Amino acid sequence: MSRPRLINRDEASSPPIERELLVRMHDLMIKARVLEERLIQMYKQGHGYFWIGGPGEEAFNVSLGLLMKKGQGPAFDYLHAHYRQSATLLALGEEPIGALRQMKNTASDPYSGGRNFAGHFSAKRLNVAPVTSPIEVQYAIAPGTAMVQKRHGGDGITIVTGGDAGTAEGDFASCLVWSSRPANPLPILIIVTNNKWGISTCSDGQHGETRISDRAKAFNIKSKTIDGNDALTCYAELKEAMEYVRTERKPYFIEAMVSRLYGHSSASGANYVTEEVDCIKQFEARLEKDGVLTRQQMDDVRAKYTEEIAAAARTVRDEPQPSGDSIYNHIYAEKR
Amino acid sequence: MANMAQAIRMALHYAEENLGVTDIFGEDVGAPLGGVFTATQGLKTTWNAPLDERGIIGAAMGIAMAGGRPVAEIQFADYIFNTIDLLKLAGNTCWSTNGDWNLPMVVRTPVGSGIRGSIYHSHSFDAGATRIPGWKIVMPSNPLDAYGLLISACQELDPVMYLEPKALLRVKGDERIPGEPEDDRALSKMIDAPLGDRSAWKAQWPQLEAYAVPIGKGKIVREGRGLTVVSYGRTLPLCVKAAQALAEEGVDAEVIDLRSLWPYDWEMIKASVQKTGRALFVNEDTEVTNFGEHLMRRTVEELFYHLLAAPKLVAGKHVPGIGLADALEMASVPQLADITQAMRTLAAEQP
Ligand SMILES: Cc1ncc(C[n+]2csc(CCOP(=O)(O)OP(=O)(O)O)c2C)c(N)n1
Repeated sequence: MSRPRLINRDEASSPPIERELLVRMHDLMIKARVLEERLIQMYKQGHGYFWIGGPGEEAFNVSLGLLMKKGQGPAFDYLHAHYRQSATLLALGEEPIGALRQMKNTASDPYSGGRNFAGHFSAKRLNVAPVTSPIEVQYAIAPGTAMVQKRHGGDGITIVTGGDAGTAEGDFASCLVWSSRPANPLPILIIVTNNKWGISTCSDGQHGETRISDRAKAFNIKSKTIDGNDALTCYAELKEAMEYVRTERKPYFIEAMVSRLYGHSSASGANYVTEEVDCIKQFEARLEKDGVLTRQQMDDVRAKYTEEIAAAARTVRDEPQPSGDSIYNHIYAEKR
Repeated sequence: MANMAQAIRMALHYAEENLGVTDIFGEDVGAPLGGVFTATQGLKTTWNAPLDERGIIGAAMGIAMAGGRPVAEIQFADYIFNTIDLLKLAGNTCWSTNGDWNLPMVVRTPVGSGIRGSIYHSHSFDAGATRIPGWKIVMPSNPLDAYGLLISACQELDPVMYLEPKALLRVKGDERIPGEPEDDRALSKMIDAPLGDRSAWKAQWPQLEAYAVPIGKGKIVREGRGLTVVSYGRTLPLCVKAAQALAEEGVDAEVIDLRSLWPYDWEMIKASVQKTGRALFVNEDTEVTNFGEHLMRRTVEELFYHLLAAPKLVAGKHVPGIGLADALEMASVPQLADITQAMRTLAAEQP
């Protein structure tokens, strides 16, 4: 097999991505997709109350997770995520069973102990700030971690992500203002994943700027709109952006155009949308064409995760729910 | 004696020197002004935030997440309402993550009437704050408590809402803050920023001592056997004054300064009402779903058979704001005469 040269954008300017990394990216993307499909199935079978997640964003989210400097505290990267980022969490090393537990709201749910929706991750040991339901609040919080990181020194950065419709919220403007003040620019990567939809309101009905990334220009923040469905573009662009933020200690803005493959959430049916680009299909075609992986190898990866995650779901099914009298636990930190 | 603004400043100084406070910030909190009420003059970790209350609360949360210890200021409580969902979030972060994250942060904000602040510089926030679980909520009524409560707040692992009754910010205390110099003018020279050019000015801090008022503990400000008055903030000194005046009429009121609204000192209220059989709750937030209503409900439910009269609430009127004209403000929030009258009536009521 010849050494693959896979790079989608300006081929000359970036080095090719190593085969090992391509295989790893593919593996994680499949793992994430199979996880989300299992979550949807659990929801549909009545093993959960609500599903929301990120099938369609694996190319972008896996790249992000792989490029993060992972650990706890200001020396490492903080992620202020939204609810479509299971793939990022898997790329950070989380196992799918945690997400299944959250879907099934078991006491063992590592992210909320059965209190929060699917996709609402929290992992202090990985600097993953709690994902919340109110749209965009993470954009108001993220400058705080970035401030501490700037003062701390080193190359840890803050990453904040959210959807396009949510950029109408004031918190989004807050983030642009707080990140780019000339007296105190912050090491923050501001991301908008643009799937062109709110829930059912399309972008035409939401906002008038040509590109959301144009809003960063008004704040003198370097920005780019990228094809978030192309894994290689995502990896290369995120790498460049993160390196800029790490070394310059200044904000950078990425708008990633992504697909929403199962609609908004279970509230809109959670059925596969055929007319949108599927980043995994596209990536697999490329991997196959360039001889990185064979169809059989890729099918094997999927089969392996389908089986593993089904087994995990069976485990979770028998785990206990939290007890009603636990509602008073963890209101305050000292009640540990 | 120090006034409350100076006491707050000294507590913040103590906290940045000894308790790990890393960021004291908000609109106009840093140099040159040091806060519109001067509460943050001369401190070393102060900085000016953009004019963005949501950004301020959000930043405090982020700083707390990353291991800092922020004390954020909302310039007037009237402008805190646009941050409610971030306050909700700060309050529920520990719970919703099942104890994974906690947010050691303090939010200070001046509240209430008393400076002819008109519609948007007179709002209360005590009842509003108590509707947000996960926070601890304190409100001092004198400089020493202001100092001690802020020290406690800066030691908490969870968000603390520190409400400053703005009518009392310039009132001197009766008790000295441990370490504060004997002479008021000497203190002022040391820690009040001069008018005009302040670029070369530095505060000379007195040798302050650790002094903490525990959160959750009230204080019996005046002992009595005839009725119990529970208040906090601006109305507390009015209750004491009324009690002193009524003593001449033979009304023997016990006055409790609640100091902490959450958690609050129910044991103190309970013991007092069991002794007196009469309870009056006084504060100036609007009267509908007022925090005093909660205390009344609990008094009725748990202490009904100890009561000699129906508990009473004296609170602000349920009107959209406090008008600028003197008569409008006076009619909107409890004044000395209202409190005195309520106490007199309650004391006289016979079952
Ligand atoms: C503050 C707030 N308002 C409304 C909602 C209800 N809601 C949930 S998702 C959503 C649409 C979000 O769209 P977008 O920001 O583009 O993100 P996407 O879900 O498309 O990734 C809405 C309106 C919410 N969760 N929070």
